[in-house]
Amino acid sequence: MQTIEQLDAVFGALSDPTRRAILARLTDGDLSVAELAAPFKVSQPAISRHLKVLEQAGLISRSRRATTRLSHLEAEPLRDATEWLARYRRFWDESHGRLDELLAKLQREPPETAPTRQQQSRSR
Amino acid sequence: MATTEITAEPGSPYIDMTREFDAPRDLVFRAHTEPELLSQWLGPAKYRMTIEEYELRDGGVWRYTHADDEGHVFGFHGVFHGTPSPQRMVQTFEFDGAPGHVSLDALTLEERDGRTIARMHSVYQSLEARDAMIEAGMEGGVREGYERLDALLARLGDRTPATVA
Repeated sequence: MQTIEQLDAVFGALSDPTRRAILARLTDGDLSVAELAAPFKVSQPAISRHLKVLEQAGLISRSRRATTRLSHLEAEPLRDATEWLARYRRFWDESHGRLDELLAKLQREPPETAPTRQQQSRSR
Repeated sequence: MATTEITAEPGSPYIDMTREFDAPRDLVFRAHTEPELLSQWLGPAKYRMTIEEYELRDGGVWRYTHADDEGHVFGFHGVFHGTPSPQRMVQTFEFDGAPGHVSLDALTLEERDGRTIARMHSVYQSLEARDAMIEAGMEGGVREGYERLDALLARLGDRTPATVA
């Protein structure tokens, strides 16, 4: 688990749609600044600034191949940043799915008797 | 099928949750407040929920446990603040395994065309407390697989980072 400062850096880095798009593209493999800049309406220096933020958050690492700097996705910080949220979501997703079923069952009962027949309805 | 939308803004110790149910508000409120009904849905199905106390009133105490087949028991307790109503139900929430880490949960239910929109706003004492409580109390420390990360990355281009919908 990371420190809270690291998690803040990760969430801060993820708060920008361009940076999220950069990360999504890096899931297919390492890319150069020029390759990363191509689909965006922003300059290469702007992309470089985004890459610096991502690098400081530990979300990417950068290496040099000949004259080209390649960006590489580092998945682990992202995994830590979202893990607790995924757990929370899974808990409530399953709970609410069960609540859907319960509400449907309760509505099939005659309304005038529903409040007094919970015990019976549970055993069905 | 309805999905539970959960939002955790970066840098703030809140969690917001929205979920729509195909039932009138009074029934959704009953399912949240009658122990006999609540124990049938709250928590994953692998847990047996036992409600030990449930005093639905201002200052009333609630206490329940989740137990799995492997003998793990997770206890939770809290206090209702204000008279619980479908319009607003406010309570503290504390995991027995992390005493003193208390969140304040406010649930509001809004009926619209016979359906009910439930909104829960949870306030934690700090970001650290929020993460720690969920790490400790939600799933007994089960680690996530990388599949979820893959799914998240696939959505990163068009979603806010901390919203998993």
